Amino acid sequence: MPEKYILDLRLTGVERLSERYYLLRATRPEAPLPPMLPGQFAQLRVDGSASTFLRRPISIHNVDRQKNEVWFLVQAIGDGTLCLTGKKAGDVLNAVLPLGHGFTMPQMPGERILLVGGGVGVAPLLYMGRCLREKGFEPTFLLGFRTASDIIQAQEYRAQGRLFVTTEDGTEGEQGFATQHSLLQQEQFTRIAVCGPKPMMVAVGRYAKSAGIPCEVSLENMMACGLGACLCCVEDTTDGHVCVCTEGPVFNIEQLKWQI
Amino acid sequence: MADLRVNIAGLQLSNPVMTASGTFGYGLEFQDFVNLADIGAVIVKGTTLNPRQGNPYPRMAETAQGMLNCVGLQNRGVDYFCEHIYPRVKDLGTNVIVNVSGNSPEDYAECARRIDALECIPAIELNISCPNVKHGGMAFGTTTEGAASVVRAVRKAYKKTLIVKLSPNVTSITDIALAVQDEGADAVSLINTLMGMAIDAERRCRVLSIGTGGLSGPCVKPVALRMVWQVAHAVQIPVIGLGGISSATDAIEFLLAGASSIEIGTANFIDPAVSVKVARGIDEYLERHGFRSVTDIIGICE
Repeated sequence: MPEKYILDLRLTGVERLSERYYLLRATRPEAPLPPMLPGQFAQLRVDGSASTFLRRPISIHNVDRQKNEVWFLVQAIGDGTLCLTGKKAGDVLNAVLPLGHGFTMPQMPGERILLVGGGVGVAPLLYMGRCLREKGFEPTFLLGFRTASDIIQAQEYRAQGRLFVTTEDGTEGEQGFATQHSLLQQEQFTRIAVCGPKPMMVAVGRYAKSAGIPCEVSLENMMACGLGACLCCVEDTTDGHVCVCTEGPVFNIEQLKWQI
Repeated sequence: MADLRVNIAGLQLSNPVMTASGTFGYGLEFQDFVNLADIGAVIVKGTTLNPRQGNPYPRMAETAQGMLNCVGLQNRGVDYFCEHIYPRVKDLGTNVIVNVSGNSPEDYAECARRIDALECIPAIELNISCPNVKHGGMAFGTTTEGAASVVRAVRKAYKKTLIVKLSPNVTSITDIALAVQDEGADAVSLINTLMGMAIDAERRCRVLSIGTGGLSGPCVKPVALRMVWQVAHAVQIPVIGLGGISSATDAIEFLLAGASSIEIGTANFIDPAVSVKVARGIDEYLERHGFRSVTDIIGICE
């Protein structure tokens, strides 16, 4: 695993992408950012919120080595995340990173990788897609949204691979959930990575299992430390209770005791 | 630089900062952030005679200036510790203390006996105060008889420095402290977490899987400080203070109240490097006020 750091990052931009989604871009002014793997996360310190005590675990959304930037996609949902998204360019963003185990990178040339996401769960998939592309793969993104105006960063995903979307109200792409998209019936994939609401991950896991495709999911259990010390974020697995922050957040579905 | 060394009943610490059990893993998890030689001791995760799965998820709830947990002593058991973890932690460059818990005095004693055989573990901290397990744990720590029975059994099995960690969920913590002192405890550490609860108003249910949990973090500091002051005035053995310490100033307040050393717990989650910062801050404070040694300020606040 790459070495972990506590860094005072400097925000280079805070952009509101939709009603509740914000893109935070941050740089490390004094040195290159450390290595980070797709699927890993950062623990962001929340400053100036009376009700927020703990750091917030946020996925590595993208790493731009040219600009020495790391991106975080933050959904402003509670006091802590509202405080993060209320920051401005130039502010300090204290981050502990990189944390956890990321997605498995494919080994065989020609592998066809499907990345399925929904909600804020799309965050780690952009960086995964980028890393796949850099290794010569063309990833396929299948992202589910509530409605057309929720669709964010379509151009970013298209720059890394093919993009398919679903919306629950049919205002863009196919109507329904990502797991109902016709793509799953029309094409064969060799590997699937999923991040999103649990019902979505279970549904994709079920599809992957029936089709015999290796499938990894990224979990979002509530965490305190993010370092494997507090044992709060445990998931029940074939190895018993394990920390999502260190053994995950990415797990192969075969490791989980989900009803798949 | 002031002299930061303290001696806790034979246990030599390079400085009075220790990391609290269950908040610092086995020290290994924090090596990217902290030079472990820069802190007095690492107190590792609660260890029991037999492996424990702990309580189901969710085990944590955030509170104002703190958090609740109901981990429930998840650990792989003392034999796993001796075989697999001890070889990795025995040369960390600092004192490694094992926190021991159990379901019966016999369990505690057997677990302690196995750790007594480990050359590089100079002390144990007896957890008679975990609020998150049904049997044992806090049940022993809430009565003088229960606390005494565990310490009596362990004292026979364990020859090195024996620290007993006290529960704040009692009517008189000094009575418990005196009871364990009488049974041969070398030091007491306090406080463990305060029993609390969280309810999700939107979902109209309890947040934690077992309903209740232990409260920790800055919100408990005034309670901890009061109890440390009371116990330090009641017992002859050293007192180790903990509960909400997240800065050097917090730590100094505990030393002034009578603690011979301190433990940092939940603050490690917010700043993984806080322990070394606190050690450095204590030194700066002593220099600034013209004290030569940290022992010069212990308990001077009557």
